[in-house]
Amino acid sequence: MEYFLELFLGGLTRGSIYALIALGYTMVYGIIQLINFAHGEIYMIGAFTALILASVMTMAGWNYLAIIVIASIAAVVYSSAYGFTMEKIAYKPLRGAPRLSALISAIGMSLFLQNYVLLAQTSDFLPFPSLIPDFDFWEPYAHIITSPELVIIVTTTIVMILLTFLIKFTRIGKAMRATAQDMKMAMLVGINVNRVISVTFIIGSATAAIGGVLIASHIGQINFYIGFIAGIKAFVAAVLGGIGSIPGAVLGSLVLGWTESFFTGYISSDYEDVFAFVFLVFILIFRPAGILGRPDSQKV
Amino acid sequence: MKKMFKPFVANLAVITFLSLVFIGAAGAADTLKLGVAGPHSGDLASYGIPTVKAAELVIKNINAKGGVLGKQVELVVEDDVCKPEVSTATATKLASEKVPVVLGHICSGATKAALGIYKDSSIIAMSPSATNPALTQSGDYPNFYRTIASDDSQARLEVDFALDVLGFKKIAVLHDKGDYGKGLAEFAKKFLEDSGKAEVVLYEGITPGAVDYTAVVNKIKRSGAEAVIFGGYHPEASKIVSQMRKKRMKTVFISDDGVKDDTFIKVAGKYAEGVYATGPKDVSKNPLAIQAKDEHQKAYNAEPGAFFLNAYSAALALLNAIEKAQTTDYEAVSKALKTEWVDTPIGKIKFDDRGDAIGAGFSVYQVKDGQYVEVK
Repeated sequence: MEYFLELFLGGLTRGSIYALIALGYTMVYGIIQLINFAHGEIYMIGAFTALILASVMTMAGWNYLAIIVIASIAAVVYSSAYGFTMEKIAYKPLRGAPRLSALISAIGMSLFLQNYVLLAQTSDFLPFPSLIPDFDFWEPYAHIITSPELVIIVTTTIVMILLTFLIKFTRIGKAMRATAQDMKMAMLVGINVNRVISVTFIIGSATAAIGGVLIASHIGQINFYIGFIAGIKAFVAAVLGGIGSIPGAVLGSLVLGWTESFFTGYISSDYEDVFAFVFLVFILIFRPAGILGRPDSQKV
Repeated sequence: MKKMFKPFVANLAVITFLSLVFIGAAGAADTLKLGVAGPHSGDLASYGIPTVKAAELVIKNINAKGGVLGKQVELVVEDDVCKPEVSTATATKLASEKVPVVLGHICSGATKAALGIYKDSSIIAMSPSATNPALTQSGDYPNFYRTIASDDSQARLEVDFALDVLGFKKIAVLHDKGDYGKGLAEFAKKFLEDSGKAEVVLYEGITPGAVDYTAVVNKIKRSGAEAVIFGGYHPEASKIVSQMRKKRMKTVFISDDGVKDDTFIKVAGKYAEGVYATGPKDVSKNPLAIQAKDEHQKAYNAEPGAFFLNAYSAALALLNAIEKAQTTDYEAVSKALKTEWVDTPIGKIKFDDRGDAIGAGFSVYQVKDGQYVEVK
């Protein structure tokens, strides 16, 4: 039973990380029907920003709580700036173009950002400081789930609640939903669509940056390539849940995390990815739009 | 007219020069030929060229001291571009040049293809780099020797260390599904099972680059393994070790020279403490190794490349065996290789019955205070 619980919580942690990244994919897709392949790179840039700041502040001998807060905020701000700029440079000029053009632009952006970090930083793995300390009160349970994992799950839950609140109850959330439903109509009723799209990119990038900082301090190392693998998995999770749907992205991520965890735990890790993707194919055969996705022939 | 005359003179000069070179070569017929084969062009050239340089440096020293058996040593360098289909032609060419010994080849595949031809011509071949276990262990090539440890020797060392030194009974074997890691893990598993002293409680491949390894770590914990033998590289190893330690597991971690890298210690930090890893024997304090590197630095003004010390040692071992045997006869030289110790940059070596070097190879290291320290 303890083993089951460990696997359950391990899968929940992994799923939470996927969810933080998958949100960006699904929100952008929901609004402009673009698969933003450079999204994983935003996650990576968030982790790098936090690493640079944390290293500097650790050398300056700051208090660890100050380091966590400042490094995380800086990562979020910096990544959001990247997301915002990326949209303005690579996607906005292609708004009227065929969707394939924007997709190619996204792939180019992804390669550009990877190589930019590779050149500006290094190709080696860099040690990432454990920003999240081991809590003393959690020590009796640390063998089941470690403090950083606990923090990941709690943070993700808080982010999800805030995001739901934002989308459901604020003006900008309403505008986002309207734009997602029908961009032309939204423009006609006076919604500044460009602003809505920018905000979407900023929110998506911010959640990805939080994910980047959390997972980097959990596993303790980063390099320029981490965004690609995490991004692909999160994209799969978003499709699994139904791309364009926010609860779908979260559900898809958790399902993917649990699938991987339980399959590894009870069967074999050799075929972990194989099984995860076979599962995806099965879901898509029976529900082509994903678990919570609404079938929409116009958008396919 | 004048215009045509010039190239003619130039051609004449070239022809005269070439004929002089040939006459020169013919005049120095009474030399001892040392064949050197490996990739000297193409994309793997960087593996082969250091061996040529090593051989050049070795014969320069030996010739300055009067050569071997009173003869000057001459290199016969042939390119095999690391391809088996080319290396058979290379081997035939060397055999027709009547070289008694060959330093090479470099890649395992090319070496294997060439060995049959050498065997038929009674030529001894010694590779500084071919690590395929079957080359020596199959017994098919009694004329083959090498100064590098075979692929399975690390696994053998890890298993012996875990069983005999640490005395573990339950061991988990993991790998990263790559050629290097999986090959090593398969050997480790086989050796563990053959020994009958310990049980392999878990044998799994992990996905390199995965977001985390919590599930695998949970599985190791449940298997009750006392030690993990991991075949792979340091990025995955540091993730697994850190997660095991964060989960308060004390399972011993034993790995290979893909992990015996300072980056591993840098990335895993305090969690790296106590990790065992096998790696090539430390030769940095061997005076011959220092000398060989200095010679290279002086001659080429660059750091030596891949397998340089192994090649330097192989050239020394081959020429020493001929000197000791007092002949280039196949049987006599083989016997000398197996009985006479020789001091080389990789240590004092001789060869066992299968052709693997005794006294060279791997040792076990352990991380202590942020550094790999050799376990005596």
